[in-house]
Amino acid sequence: MRDELYQQTILEHNRNPRNFRKIEGATHAAEGYNPLCGDHLWVYMKVDSCGVIEDASFEGSGCAISKASASMMTTSLKGKGVQEAQILFEEFHKLVIGELKPDEKPNHLEKLTVFSGIWQYPARVKCASLSWHAMHGALEKAKTVSTE
Amino acid sequence: MTFDVQKFRKDFPNLSLKVYGKPLVYLDNAATTFKPQCVIDAVSDHYAQGTSNVHRGVHYLSERATIAFEHSRQIVQQFLNAKTTQEIIFTRGATESINLVAQSFGRPSFKAGDEIVISHMEHHSNIVPWQMLCQQTGCILKIAPINEKGELILDEFIRLLTSRTRLVSMVYVSNSLGTVNPINLIIKEAHERGIPVLVDGAQAVAHQAVDVQALDCDFFVFSGHKIFGPTGIGVLYGKQKLLESMPPYQGGGDMIASVSFVKTAYNVLPYKFEAGTPAIAEAIGLGAALNYVQKVGLEFIIDYKKELLAHGTKILSSIPGVRLIGTAPEKAAILSFVLEGIHPHDLGTIVDQEGVAIRTGHHCTQPVMDFFKVPATARASLSFYNTKEELNILAKSIYRAKEIFHA
Ligand SMILES: Cc1ncc(COP(=O)(O)O)c(C=O)c1O
Repeated sequence: MRDELYQQTILEHNRNPRNFRKIEGATHAAEGYNPLCGDHLWVYMKVDSCGVIEDASFEGSGCAISKASASMMTTSLKGKGVQEAQILFEEFHKLVIGELKPDEKPNHLEKLTVFSGIWQYPARVKCASLSWHAMHGALEKAKTVSTE
Repeated sequence: MTFDVQKFRKDFPNLSLKVYGKPLVYLDNAATTFKPQCVIDAVSDHYAQGTSNVHRGVHYLSERATIAFEHSRQIVQQFLNAKTTQEIIFTRGATESINLVAQSFGRPSFKAGDEIVISHMEHHSNIVPWQMLCQQTGCILKIAPINEKGELILDEFIRLLTSRTRLVSMVYVSNSLGTVNPINLIIKEAHERGIPVLVDGAQAVAHQAVDVQALDCDFFVFSGHKIFGPTGIGVLYGKQKLLESMPPYQGGGDMIASVSFVKTAYNVLPYKFEAGTPAIAEAIGLGAALNYVQKVGLEFIIDYKKELLAHGTKILSSIPGVRLIGTAPEKAAILSFVLEGIHPHDLGTIVDQEGVAIRTGHHCTQPVMDFFKVPATARASLSFYNTKEELNILAKSIYRAKEIFHA
């Protein structure tokens, strides 16, 4: 049997997404769109002159997985440096495709490991990674990223 | 006489599958249907006992494969009631059939400013080939609007027909809404103005009897895999006169009468449009599938699916928070819906865990999603081998999702 996908943390973040707003004067922003399931969101960040992410947020609509993932991403990004965010992106990406087993390998994912079972739901991996791709794109200055 | 669904369910090996230890409830028949054993046998017999190319050899196997392949064409001809087998072109599916018409009928003769009329409820495969043609020729795509029930607004459609309209290309049965379009009226209005009509019958063939002569449509397309046949095989029906006037779609073997470096003469219909080695086993499988439908009796299938649709509509509507998308009075057994507080994608995953296969997403009809202002829908699409009990299991699994989401 597969791991339960809809864990309480995910359901809770879906119901009460954190940082669900636009950041006026964001230094980085990008749109994430998955036309196949209609998940569509925007990720905003305010990065200070030292390269620290002061604030991170998101807006849009999507399934519980994409919303919870975006919500948890924004919470974990705040206070991190841009470099750290990129490392987190790499780790999260490996986590959701099942390449990184958080129990076996040191990592910085913390609460984000709640998504560790999602590789068992191949059709849902893109939902979990959408906001992350948008965040990554924003830091790389792409305007729209699509997971299709 | 009641329809003995259990008897027919035995014909479909896939129906006895279990997923996650639970009996599979397959409600994704608009995407593709399961295959009865006779179709599986027809395909595997060709490979196990008769592999050969067609139209190319004098040897025993080749002659036998050619006869079986051409026999399937006859079965299709009779199924659609086309005048001759020359009007039946084998393609890869509905999509390729539409592209063929766009490129062979539209491209050589449509001019900048000419118009093509489609509807707001088309599958992407009846949108994009025309957009490509518009880019190539400068012609213009006009979209006939739909109403809140998901019906074509006929008056508006008629208003779009002008002296510049070169073709109407319209879906018969919508895959995302279930709407059955008044295709007779559509064809009549178009023909009164001398405009030819292509009918996208991808969902229609398993829903009702089709008679292309009675319809008087100019082109009719469908895919084998949505009517219990294999993937990779489909049909373009076209009126002989039109097909004869069209240049070939692709070049290669089979579609020629003679080839030299100076001049190549094209083959006659239908071969002119069938370049290269065709999907032989699949065509034979399609013939077996259509024979199977005849054997079950399309009229029984139609009546029974009406019952299923009524039951499905009733139980889904009774679930608090469910909103049906597509509520036309004339409807095929397709139930698209959204559920308050739960994204269709989440719903799809949860009911899947209960063994229920539904489709979630835009169903290749993004304009329809935009019209109803939903990002996606969940869709249960029924075949004649489904049962009311299976719909009850769907309903139960929706309640399960509501529990998980506290919705
Ligand atoms: C209404 C309609 N038209 C066209 C198609 C395209 O069929 P295919 O993908 O088999 O070519 C589909 C398939 O979903 C359909 O439902």
